[in-house]
Amino acid sequence: MRDPVIQVQDFSKSYGDVVAVDGISFDVRQGEIFGLLGPNGAGKTTTLESLEGIRAPDSGTLRVADIDPTRDPRKLRNVIGVQLQSAGLPESITPDEAMRFFCAYHHVAPRLDLLDRLGLSEKRKAQFYELSTGQQRRLALALAMAHDPQVLFLDEPTAGLDVATRVELHDVMRELQATGTTIILATHDMAEAEGMSDRVAILLNHELAAIGTPIEITAAGAGMTKVSVHTQNSSLSDLTLTLPAVAQRVSKDGYEIFYSTDIGPTVSAIIARIEIQGDTLIDLRVERPSLEDRFLEITSHGNAANGGSQ
Amino acid sequence: MTAFINHFAFEFRTGIRNKQLLLMNYLFPIGFFLMMGFVMAGINPLFLETMTPAMAVFAVLAATLLGIPEPLVNARENGIFRSYKISGVPSISILVIPALTTTLHLVIVTAIITALGPLLFDAPAPANWLHYVLVFASLAFAMSGISVLIGVVSPSSRVTILYSQLLFIPSILLSGMMFPYSMLPDVAGKIAQLLPATQAMNAFNGLAMGGAAGFDPWGSVIALFASVVLAFGLAVYLFSWDSRNTDRRGHPLLALLFLLPFVVGIFVG
Repeated sequence: MRDPVIQVQDFSKSYGDVVAVDGISFDVRQGEIFGLLGPNGAGKTTTLESLEGIRAPDSGTLRVADIDPTRDPRKLRNVIGVQLQSAGLPESITPDEAMRFFCAYHHVAPRLDLLDRLGLSEKRKAQFYELSTGQQRRLALALAMAHDPQVLFLDEPTAGLDVATRVELHDVMRELQATGTTIILATHDMAEAEGMSDRVAILLNHELAAIGTPIEITAAGAGMTKVSVHTQNSSLSDLTLTLPAVAQRVSKDGYEIFYSTDIGPTVSAIIARIEIQGDTLIDLRVERPSLEDRFLEITSHGNAANGGSQ
Repeated sequence: MTAFINHFAFEFRTGIRNKQLLLMNYLFPIGFFLMMGFVMAGINPLFLETMTPAMAVFAVLAATLLGIPEPLVNARENGIFRSYKISGVPSISILVIPALTTTLHLVIVTAIITALGPLLFDAPAPANWLHYVLVFASLAFAMSGISVLIGVVSPSSRVTILYSQLLFIPSILLSGMMFPYSMLPDVAGKIAQLLPATQAMNAFNGLAMGGAAGFDPWGSVIALFASVVLAFGLAVYLFSWDSRNTDRRGHPLLALLFLLPFVVGIFVG
């Protein structure tokens, strides 16, 4: 197993009487894409800002690449890159100027090639407010990558982007991961988190509700697998028919839909029933619960159980 | 040093590129100067005697009070300070560079006003150029510092305008720009001495234009330079990276300490 590059141990943070994060612990391994999920107000931003050295924890310990973000912010800023949700740039700055500006403060040569790599070559002299949302996000990502950080924090990197730009940014993230960069991905987009993340953590009510790979998290839920079957002679439409591990069934558009708690026996029974009745199978679809289903399950029940391995 | 130069160059270009800053740095002061020259000089010929320094003071007030605080507050509220902090931009650069670039714009616009005053309106040129530059520098730095301080303590964009106007309007009315300081009643005169613009007009008259000062002109210069130190010191002390501007080292009312040299001046002078 790769070494952890981020370690969060019993981290708590409050603003006055308002608790933002309450005693969470997790680690992120080198080269991982780690999704940080949670509803608004769950503590994601506070956790990110504390790891980025913007806020000091009330208690607990934080380490990023063996650096204490609170004690050594100067060292920290050379190993992390942050793509902010709102790009955090003056509206009159051009991509060229922004690249020179931030690289100068990081004491590295301006990486103007990144502007070309991220499709901003024709907009290098345009002012920030003249860029589209997608171009602003790409610029923010280029600036975050410019000093080759070991850890990259991406806050809603694809929010509001068209499909092509999202795919492009996902490709960039995978390329970075391939070079060993660790990526912390804070997002509300469950499909993005599920598709991109090696592991995800779900924060709920200021605590860690679940952590693990997307498959571990979804498997740990009470969510049932959906089996949709369409046959030639509707041999499964008998409402008195009972199938093993099926908790619920509905009929829709010629399909019989079964919600199963144990997919193996259910599918075997379905196939057997079709054969016995001399029916012909036209279509059979099995859909496991998505990360979004599991997320909704966790957030709706306030379930603070750990869904996977730490 | 490369970072500082890059930052300075960007801020300076912003002062011209940004329409609002272009208006406050150049168009408003020069437009007001031309209007006053064509209209006021006809109504009150005595105005010409102090026209050049008065319009220089106006340029400083417009560019600093109306040009510095709001962009600072907007930058903080829009998370720009946050990205600066993450990238290692020091707070001192955030505070000092806008003040320096505004001062550079002011040098240009004041040079234009000082050159055009005698040429277009037959206004007297400064009698002592060195003192003229000294008083201008003291006012420009003092007002830049005070404007930065307003941006630092202001809780929101709306309040920023209010704070700026609290200094801008009385400065126009009481500093001696529109009519001589000597015409003010005693109490109003003392209150006016709390304004950096009054101190600058007094020093311009007494040291640079060959006129009579209402009170010690060197005291005015010293008070202005002392307020530079206080304003920037307080701005650095009270500066907050927090976009909500709630997390800072001292109470915002501490900012009023920038008035201390002027208060002392009232009692000493």
